[in-house]
Amino acid sequence: MPTILEVNNLVTRFYTLDGVVHAVNGVSFHLEEGETLAIVGESGSGKSVTMMSILGLIPSPPGKIESGEAYLYDGYERRDLLKMSDAELREIRGGQIGFVFQDPISSLNPVLTIGEQIAESLVRHLGLSREEARDRTIELLDLVGIPDPKARYRNYPHQFSGGMRQRVMIAIAIACGPKIVIADEPTTALDVTIQAQIVELFLRLQKELGMAIIWITHDLAVVSGLADRVLVMYGGRVAEVAPVDDLYEQPRHPYTVGLLGALPRLDSRESRRLVSIQGAPPDLLIPLKHCPFAWRCEYAFDRCWEEIPTLQPAGLNRKVACFYDLERGKPRHD
Amino acid sequence: MVARETTADSLLDVEQTWADRLAYWGRFWWRDRGGVLGMLMFLVVVFSAIFSPAISPYDPLQQNLRDSKMPPAWYEEGRWDHPFGTDNLGRDIFSRIVYGTRVSLTVGFFGVLIAGMLGLVMGAIAGYIGGRVDSIIMGVVNLVLSLPYLLFVVFIAAVLGRSLINVILIFGITDSPIFARVTRGEVLRLRESGFVESAVSAGATWPRIIFDHILPNLIGPLITLATFEMSRMIFYEAGLGFLGLSVPPTVPSWGNMLAAGRKYLTSSPWIATFPGLAIMFTSLGMNLLGDWLRDVLDPRLRRTRK
Amino acid sequence: MYRYFLAKIGQSVLLLFGVIVLVFFMVRLTGDPASLMMSRNASPEQMEAFRERMGFNRPVYVQFADFFTGALVGDFGNSLHFKSPALPLVLERLPATVQLAVVGLLIAMFIGIPLGLLGGFQPGSAIDSIGRGLALLGQSIPNFWLALIMILFFAVRLGWFPSFGRDRWDSVIMPAFVLGLPTLGQLVRLTRSAVLEIRSADFIRTAYSKGLEPRVIYAKHVFRNVAIPLVSVIGVQFGYMLGGSIYIESIFAWPGMGQLLEQAIGWRDFPLVQAIAVFTSVVVLALNIFTDLAYAIIDPRIRYGS
Ligand SMILES: Nc1ncnc2c1ncn2[C@@H]1O[C@H](COP(=O)(O)OP(=O)(O)OP(=O)(O)O)[C@@H](O)[C@H]1O
Ligand SMILES: [Mg+2]
Repeated sequence: MPTILEVNNLVTRFYTLDGVVHAVNGVSFHLEEGETLAIVGESGSGKSVTMMSILGLIPSPPGKIESGEAYLYDGYERRDLLKMSDAELREIRGGQIGFVFQDPISSLNPVLTIGEQIAESLVRHLGLSREEARDRTIELLDLVGIPDPKARYRNYPHQFSGGMRQRVMIAIAIACGPKIVIADEPTTALDVTIQAQIVELFLRLQKELGMAIIWITHDLAVVSGLADRVLVMYGGRVAEVAPVDDLYEQPRHPYTVGLLGALPRLDSRESRRLVSIQGAPPDLLIPLKHCPFAWRCEYAFDRCWEEIPTLQPAGLNRKVACFYDLERGKPRHD
Repeated sequence: MVARETTADSLLDVEQTWADRLAYWGRFWWRDRGGVLGMLMFLVVVFSAIFSPAISPYDPLQQNLRDSKMPPAWYEEGRWDHPFGTDNLGRDIFSRIVYGTRVSLTVGFFGVLIAGMLGLVMGAIAGYIGGRVDSIIMGVVNLVLSLPYLLFVVFIAAVLGRSLINVILIFGITDSPIFARVTRGEVLRLRESGFVESAVSAGATWPRIIFDHILPNLIGPLITLATFEMSRMIFYEAGLGFLGLSVPPTVPSWGNMLAAGRKYLTSSPWIATFPGLAIMFTSLGMNLLGDWLRDVLDPRLRRTRK
Repeated sequence: MYRYFLAKIGQSVLLLFGVIVLVFFMVRLTGDPASLMMSRNASPEQMEAFRERMGFNRPVYVQFADFFTGALVGDFGNSLHFKSPALPLVLERLPATVQLAVVGLLIAMFIGIPLGLLGGFQPGSAIDSIGRGLALLGQSIPNFWLALIMILFFAVRLGWFPSFGRDRWDSVIMPAFVLGLPTLGQLVRLTRSAVLEIRSADFIRTAYSKGLEPRVIYAKHVFRNVAIPLVSVIGVQFGYMLGGSIYIESIFAWPGMGQLLEQAIGWRDFPLVQAIAVFTSVVVLALNIFTDLAYAIIDPRIRYGS
């Protein structure tokens, strides 16, 4: 599949009064058309900041994108999102890339009708008239599985349940037919049964509309039934990226091993938080010059304390940032 | 397995130069400049109240009709032995301003003390017991808070007559509902947060819970509130004085001075100007201090400081 | 929503009942209402005659029943000074006070809200500093003093505005400005902090993720949410201005209820004071209901709430 998004060496920092937060430290990855890429990692590993950086949604100040590229492909043409003007970026946001946020309760404006909140995107990007936008919005509400969409158009967010609101958020994200939908922990705030419904909705919409999905989550159990590839983040860096089955069968980064160890059974549907790895994640206020996982890692050796591992190819379609070769049980030579 | 601690040498640029530290403290002070300034202004007022006799060049009550209505020192007819000039009876305005801090601070301090204690008790009872007791207490609180405050304070002051004790009692009682409301809100919040229950189930006694858990959480919001309310009382005391309803006319208070100066506004404007500036100085200082305290002490607002 | 309002109105009726009780007992705080209302050098016979005439020698519960039933139909007895029913005297003064408060509120809104919005959109900018400075001043300047200073400069020195009275169209400007200044400060602060809070809300991030123009986001998504707390503060402040214009009316000789209150206190005309207190409270309570109504209309969470 052709690439649609390619991010290279993204670095984002926050300049706060407590010091500089090194939130994202050189993240690279790519996304292919129509695929689902899951991004997993502990809280604070920089998943959200990475995605928000790409779309210029980082609050600034204190945030600053220090370097990197984020190419959005359109056939053979590509444009760097990080170099775009605000006006150009606004065309992309909501138009080519849709966003679904974690908390559907706070992510909708409480004083506007949900119809209005979907329709305004249609008016903005597709130039529809108010009536056209209204009709299209009702279709969209139907598409995301909201019963009686005509009546619901005039409702306010507080008149919807959490799961229904998340469906509205999804309708907003897909309204203008984006090529990419970024879903930042779309199910974390929901009940387990509702979670499954939302996952199914995403799968159905992807089949019907063919967009690529970036799915940020804590929940490896959801990932197995949903994603094509998985990107594991740690301390604002990519630890490992691999096709989903390969990752489950043969994790190549000790951190991934820890994450999977936290799962009761590999393909169990039961959800588990990624908490059971010993030790704390790195303090992002302090820039490191060694592997950020070293002090939690049972395989760490001298080199891990001397330099930062970079992302290297490790097998078909997969990369890992680790000096230790888990497969062979000894340090890697390059 | 390599058991190595994160030691300083595993980290980059941890050494701070003196310039860094200075810059850090500089930023710190600059961020809190309002609070620092407010604190200084408040301390000036407290200092004048404590050391009034030493600071003021004259007895604030001593009349000298020959030197009456003398303008401040920087006017042509002014003299430096009366820096702010004299009033219609020839009393030294500077000395009276300095002594005026005593009235203002006494009213503010004891008023807030009474209001705070009454409010704390009412709010805590309402919050704990709940039910009917809560509705009755909060009914009274809401009644007082929904009244036109100034009108009623003026009314009571007119009934009770001019005395320092009366003024303190009026403010202490009429202001207690605000403290009650804040206390109750805080107590309810703490109860809902569940840690009181967990403390009870862990075998803690009620006094323990109140002193170890509730009071520490209450102290921040209450101190902040006390600062604002004290400033408000100083303000209102002067207002009552201006209407001739506060302390007796012979007492050197800023409100009384304003009331007297009002008659000579066009001929000797300084008589009314300085007490007004003194009230403003005090109020400004306490408001700055209160804003800062609110930011620092209120845990729910701490996030927004970055 | 109707039940919500029925409850509100019921509450206000209870509060009104409380006000009447309060006002009845307030003139009896010293124990003897007759000596409060009579001049000090009245003879014992005159006192006794006065008690007889006012019914003060009847049992308290009879007096209360009398006062209460009278108050319900707007009968507060005769003013001692004017020797005519008290309430009509108060009503006569209502338009002037309302005019003052309305103009003051308009001044506060038209300056305060834009300043707060601009400050919230660009915290730290020059306009933000101006707004915050003005807010702090509005909070710290004693308005009775500011009134004097403004008369001194703009009326006496510069002759731009009349210094007192209500005869010219521009008479209202100075008193209204002074009355509105604290509200202006409050509005700047509140608007600013509401903008800052809403600005970082999750749903604003959603709005940005839709690619909307910042202009649209501020006008539509931010402002509508900011307007909600503004409505309630404006309502409260309007009530405060109606009941808090006593200094300003007395200084500017503005013929409203505040001036009447000051005069009535000077005359020891407590039936008139009682009428003013109850009537103003009624107005303020009614205003609170309207505020809640407006609040419910613009906040869909209440309008369509359970
Ligand atoms: N506005 C901000 N100011 C300062 N630091 C920030 C800001 N936003 C994010 N950070 C920091 O950046 C780091 C990465 O945050 P990010 O939200 O990307 O984590 P995450 O992986 O999405 O975690 P979670 O799973 O909890 O959502 C965190 O340490 C966070 O504290
Ligand atoms: Mg996140």
